[in-house]
Amino acid sequence: MKKAGSFGLSIAVFVIVLATARNACASPNRASATIDRLVFGKLKEQGIPPSAPCTDEVFLRRVYLDMTGTLPTPQQTRKFLSINSANKRTKLIEELFERGEFADYWAMKWCDLLRVKAEFPSNLWPNAVQAYHRWVRTALYNNMPYDEFARTLLTSSGSNFRVAPVNFYRAVPRHEGDAIAQVVALTFMGMRTDGWDRERLMGMATFFGNVGYKKTAEWKEEIVFFCPTQHLVDPETKQPVAARFPDGTEPRLQPGQDPRVAFADWLIGNDAFSRSIVNRIWYWLLGRGIVHEPDDFRADNPPLNPELLDYLAGELVDSGYDLRHIFRIILNSKTYQLSSIFSEGNRRDKSCFSHYYVRRMDAEVLIDALNQITRTTEPYSSAIPEPFTWIPKNQRAVQLADGSITSPFLDLFGRPPRDSGFESERNNTPSAAQRLHMLNSTHIQKKIMNNPQLLGMYHKKSDKGKKKKATLVWRTPEKAVENMYLTILSRYPSEDEMEVALAYDRDSGLKRRDASIDVVWALLNTKEFIYKH
Amino acid sequence: MKTWNDVTRRNMLQLSAAGIGGMALGSPLRTSAANPGKARSVIQIWMWGGPSHLDTFDPKPEAGADYCGPYTTPVATNVDGIRICEKLPLLAKQADKFSIIRSMTHGNNAHETASYITQTGRRPGTGDSYPCAGAVVSLFKGYNAGYQGLLPPYIVLTKPQGRFSESGFMGLRYKPFATGGKPNAPVFAVEGVVQEGITEARQRERRALLHNLETLGRRMEGNPAFGKMDRCEDLAYELVLGDAGKVFDIKTEDPKLRERYGRSDFGASCLIARRLVEQGVPYITINYNGWDTHKKHFEIVNRKLPEMDRGFATLLEDLADRGLLDSTIVWWGGEFGRTPKIMWDAPWNGGRSHHGKCFTHVVAGGGFSGGHVIGASDEKGMEVADRPVYPWDLIGSIYEQMGIDSTARLPHPQGLDVRVSPTEADGMTMGGRLREIMS
Repeated sequence: MKKAGSFGLSIAVFVIVLATARNACASPNRASATIDRLVFGKLKEQGIPPSAPCTDEVFLRRVYLDMTGTLPTPQQTRKFLSINSANKRTKLIEELFERGEFADYWAMKWCDLLRVKAEFPSNLWPNAVQAYHRWVRTALYNNMPYDEFARTLLTSSGSNFRVAPVNFYRAVPRHEGDAIAQVVALTFMGMRTDGWDRERLMGMATFFGNVGYKKTAEWKEEIVFFCPTQHLVDPETKQPVAARFPDGTEPRLQPGQDPRVAFADWLIGNDAFSRSIVNRIWYWLLGRGIVHEPDDFRADNPPLNPELLDYLAGELVDSGYDLRHIFRIILNSKTYQLSSIFSEGNRRDKSCFSHYYVRRMDAEVLIDALNQITRTTEPYSSAIPEPFTWIPKNQRAVQLADGSITSPFLDLFGRPPRDSGFESERNNTPSAAQRLHMLNSTHIQKKIMNNPQLLGMYHKKSDKGKKKKATLVWRTPEKAVENMYLTILSRYPSEDEMEVALAYDRDSGLKRRDASIDVVWALLNTKEFIYKH
Repeated sequence: MKTWNDVTRRNMLQLSAAGIGGMALGSPLRTSAANPGKARSVIQIWMWGGPSHLDTFDPKPEAGADYCGPYTTPVATNVDGIRICEKLPLLAKQADKFSIIRSMTHGNNAHETASYITQTGRRPGTGDSYPCAGAVVSLFKGYNAGYQGLLPPYIVLTKPQGRFSESGFMGLRYKPFATGGKPNAPVFAVEGVVQEGITEARQRERRALLHNLETLGRRMEGNPAFGKMDRCEDLAYELVLGDAGKVFDIKTEDPKLRERYGRSDFGASCLIARRLVEQGVPYITINYNGWDTHKKHFEIVNRKLPEMDRGFATLLEDLADRGLLDSTIVWWGGEFGRTPKIMWDAPWNGGRSHHGKCFTHVVAGGGFSGGHVIGASDEKGMEVADRPVYPWDLIGSIYEQMGIDSTARLPHPQGLDVRVSPTEADGMTMGGRLREIMS
């Protein structure tokens, strides 16, 4: 009893701490309402009507895919749709934050930006890739405050195996100050330095001029460290360059002090830092940035809705750089929960968020969904080091740490090669080759044929004692079709759809198994399946 | 349902892996008007893993058993003074058709980086990933340049590289179409194009079923993304149900010819490559794996060389017989050679490691004259002894034969000004184009 009491007390303390931490920023409900006010205000100003709110079944699938890169199971779908409660969407969002898949999915996205890859052009090597990915995933799982996340990546020193965040500096294609500055600006400020004048870039580069790299006796180990005796010179003028922040201000650096620390301090206090990340989150969840492209902040590419961007950035800072707070207030907004079905009045809108913009599932998410539905797996292997490493069979594509580990499917569906850290590397535009693969490949056909339950069978326990194996028997066609819809599209079929599917089984002249294969095949090829909507 | 008329041939470019509406091109494409190019197609035999130069086209019996192993008696070819490995007797009869570059070099011994250098003709560490030769050719000779075929302009038999991103910064649109499947199987199931056990009638019924179940698609008629999907579907079915896909069906070929190519996946790939060239496909890569022979090297190559010999030699002969060799470049080589000195000890037990300092590539056809040796390695095959040829020299020569302007701009996602070929101004050491054999 005593134990239980102290447990209760610790929960109470926990709640108080949470409440204190959240004091500074708006309550999620109010913040979501503010987002809606700003978005709908903009729509009104433009004379664009918003679409209707989305249904529960659409919300369920959308929020699962957007937050976790994972489809809900038929059980989860049935359960959610059966709940009668006003705040069930809010509760689902909170549940999904706690799922391992949430951390998996966002670690994947972050590792795209950080170019986490064993070989070429980032040469991190497999063990450092694993350490780095694990660090990123753990940070996201524990909801590490974003200022701490950035600071740790920017200021760590040590071994690439033991102090994983130092790999930030190893994943830069050229180990020179200006190359590092380029990557830092892109990653944390959403800015491309190719438009900068040279002086500005070199002034920033100087903060990274003392980053040293050295090998150890251990194979492929590398130490990243502060090297006070190393000084950056401009490769063109051969002269040392004075450190200067990108906004033109000058730092006050003490001799012997690692200038990366001064840079991190400046960065985290700068609007560019908070605006860049809240804009990325908005882009990730809604398919378009308030500044678009999300990694192209510059004076002549202004935000479409500056008040919205500033509001979100303010919320991030006030919440103590709590990324989940930003996710939460966006996901709970009416804006996020609008239907993707456009009306005559808003069909041309592409940037004011009058409806949810449909997007194809990411390559990794799509193959994982296909595997989940058909109960199959994909073989993934790493070609380096030799002999090849085979990844465990049940590993999902979203969980792959290493950009060097790929498959023909992932390549075909536009998984980013992790070469540059640009968001646009991920290519989700449809192609005929992708269509061919989904419509007619042996790869997909074999998957469909693999799962008898999906095709409409179930294991019937024999009543002649336990020793005899359960046999597979057919469900009624209606039950089978319902299960296909719940498994593939996360909803129940309409009456019309049920009739089309049953008629195919009845009239196609195919055996029941083949007819079922074709119905599953058709559902997997619908836009409703391939797209997030 | 959309009809074929809704889709222009120009839309075919989506058959390259990327899809409709990839990136906008930075500048109009230029292929030099003065030189339309002697070559129309390239067949690249990619010796995945890095073949030994000593045990193929640069034999060194005089270096002793620690270098040449069991291959002590090179075979004379039909060109005076050129000898090649004794395991390549059929190629020896075709030596007048190809030229051997024995002084290839880049100095890198890591698969991924060396593959990148050898296939893109670029040095690593520039901060950008450049496209490989196939992607560049498909840019300049594919749909943007008036290629009209239903077949994708850049095809890989059978698996994609995976070692690096073939299309680099040019993105998905210029990635190759990888066939998958087994070319020598009774039915070569080209991923997406050919599927066993589904009749044409069932294909059509299925498609009608799909359209009947396309609920969201119907409710969102007019959505541009969905419109693209519909066009892609039309194209896909053109290939599945139309005639274009039949190019992969080699059952109609003369069994004697198939025998000459060899009843192996490599042999069948060579035959299919010839058929693709006949259809006007500008770039075909045969990714021929299994050459990374660290251990038991000679056991493996004893088995593989005759297979390679048949396929490669018959391809050259067959192309020549059909008058296609003059317009088709055949390029043979891997990311590096293998260490000349054999590692006899365990665990290698007669193995060869990676060797990027000096290795051999072979080119034939498409304006490259045959019967020549370019450059030389030293007496043990360790170093280049004469006339170094860097990958960018070789690839630049291929582009020139294809009529691709080396100063033309490549489309770059951030709009950077990058050109087809690097020059000394980019800090590259140049060996020079292969003028010796370029007519």
